[in-house]
Amino acid sequence: MARVETRQLTKQFGDGSAAAVNGIDLRTEDGEFLVLLGPSGCGKTTLLRMIGGLEQPTSGDILIGDRLVNDLPPRARKIAMVFQSYALYPHMTVYNNISFPLKAAKIPKDEQKKKVEWAAGILGIETFLDRKPRQLSGGQRQRVALARALVRDPSVFLLDEPLSNLDAQRRASARDELQVFQHQLGTTTIYVTHDQVEAMGLGDRIAVINQGQIRQLGTPSDIYEDPADTFVATFLGSPPMNLIADGDELVGFRPEAIQLADHQDAQDNTSSLHLNLDKVREEYLGSEKLIYGEVEGTRVVARVAAHLPLSVAEGGTLPVTIARNSLRIFDLESGIRKQIQAARISSASSSGLGSVSGASSADEVTA
Amino acid sequence: MSSPPVTEASVSGVSEGRFWFERERVLGPLFLLPAVVYIVALVGFPLVLAVLYAFSGVTVGNPRIDEFVGLDNFRSVWTDRVFQKALQNTIVFTVISQVIVLILANLLANILSAEFRGKRLVRFLVLLPWTTPVALGVLGWFWLLDSVYSPIDWTLRFFGLLGPDTALGPARNMYYLGTTELAQFSVILVHIWRTLPLATVILLAGLTAIPQDIRDAADIDGAGFWRQLIYIRLPLLLPIMAVATLFATVFAFTDLTIALVLTRGGPVNDTQVLASWAYFRGIQGGNLAHGAAIALFLLPVLIAIAIAMLRLARRSGADEGS
Repeated sequence: MARVETRQLTKQFGDGSAAAVNGIDLRTEDGEFLVLLGPSGCGKTTLLRMIGGLEQPTSGDILIGDRLVNDLPPRARKIAMVFQSYALYPHMTVYNNISFPLKAAKIPKDEQKKKVEWAAGILGIETFLDRKPRQLSGGQRQRVALARALVRDPSVFLLDEPLSNLDAQRRASARDELQVFQHQLGTTTIYVTHDQVEAMGLGDRIAVINQGQIRQLGTPSDIYEDPADTFVATFLGSPPMNLIADGDELVGFRPEAIQLADHQDAQDNTSSLHLNLDKVREEYLGSEKLIYGEVEGTRVVARVAAHLPLSVAEGGTLPVTIARNSLRIFDLESGIRKQIQAARISSASSSGLGSVSGASSADEVTA
Repeated sequence: MSSPPVTEASVSGVSEGRFWFERERVLGPLFLLPAVVYIVALVGFPLVLAVLYAFSGVTVGNPRIDEFVGLDNFRSVWTDRVFQKALQNTIVFTVISQVIVLILANLLANILSAEFRGKRLVRFLVLLPWTTPVALGVLGWFWLLDSVYSPIDWTLRFFGLLGPDTALGPARNMYYLGTTELAQFSVILVHIWRTLPLATVILLAGLTAIPQDIRDAADIDGAGFWRQLIYIRLPLLLPIMAVATLFATVFAFTDLTIALVLTRGGPVNDTQVLASWAYFRGIQGGNLAHGAAIALFLLPVLIAIAIAMLRLARRSGADEGS
């Protein structure tokens, strides 16, 4: 086990384009499951490959277990990596795939055998040790790749989208297995994904990355509940956070924060905000439904329980309420979260939020 | 849906009539025809003719092929010392040149797959010998290896390596094509020069097809250069190496041009190969039956190679499928 730390890590690829990784400072805890989350091309895989030693940083430092590893080749970094494609050696049996790192480390044959059997036991692949990778399913290959990573006794696991080649059903169970596996071993793990569900479900902490920089680092609930900027707010959540312009601010709220006004007892203006959704349209999804509408021409999505009846026909106007403590305020220009929110919630009618509700439905405000 | 009942006649009338041309039974053979004509006319017919010649007493002066002589031609050809020399040369030249080509092509392909400045230019230059017509290329070598005017000899003399009182002296020329060993070496050299580009390009394609992830995984797994080469790259290249070798073997085994243009089989038949000996006996010597019999000795080897290639193709196909 070890801590991984990067200091002002930057990677600039040849052709003078923008930096793929731009001055990232990151520090994992011991035994932590850290997820690097971001859209494709955000630099998360480049960051992982630099930690693994497969890519040379342009500048900055990488430390693994408090040791500077910038100039160490991958094999000397005590890391193991699982690739998106699993990168199994196609001409070798599963056994030889798993024992390959042990052979390279010149570990005696009988010890190799013990190790391979131990890893295969943990991952439940004892029965296909003599098969070739092409005879295995995607899920089995992924477990072989994990076993190959495991036998090296790495102090850090680096996982690059290891679940993205699995079908949706298999992915959910693999996610579960992966988490159990990591908790069992307690090895520091850095996990790259573009899938927010994977990130939320697996990560002790998530680093949201965009354009080569960390936009926010925090626990899944930190990131979901208190996004640092509009990128994080709209990247996480499906559908993403609603953002409505109000003066020089953006007011944000999650689709599930919206409640139908007629199911809300207290028409209390100090604790909740009243809005009218114009041109509503609903989308039934089984356990829930999504209600699409507009507030002053901005699209807004609400998520409510499927059994709640709508009081208006499609295309009509629907009154809704949002608890003021679930509003998040961002700067319109920079998109960065404003920290002065607490003061605003208490002074409802004079604030910008008041004007949002006032403009769209004056009668609600006065009620 | 209520549509008027369609009679069988009207349906078949439409498909037989306007669309008969689009039917696979018609279109398939039509598309296949040019290839079949080509193969029958330029491969099949000469092959049958060669077999007929080989079992008859046909000569340039006596073009009767209905005179069956059994295995007489093969027997008399076999006992000929020159034939035995040519058979031995064919095998030795092919094996030596192919072993060297395989080693050099692996080396070159590994070098060319690395990133360096001017890589495209080097790749282009490596492939150049393959694009040159064989006869012209060999003619170039013929001049390079000329007994009196060889520029290689000039260079050696310039550096003081050839001539009286030097390492390679005392003669002022090497006579590359005039002495047995050097002539044989020269033929092999030109074979290598000729087949190396193709083998390199095939191996380069094979190397490029090894996914970057697999190389990265091997790096992470702690394999150094040699371990990666021996346990990862070479085994993964094996099928494509077999293809390259089989191709190059066919070229080397059946090649007529190099022996004919460079040495004309000389000195004193020391570089004679089956193809050139068949030509000298059959065409130049006028004994078509003997020429055909000599040429047919190539056939079993070529059939074996063809079977090996088909097996390889089928096996790699099966690999993809499962």
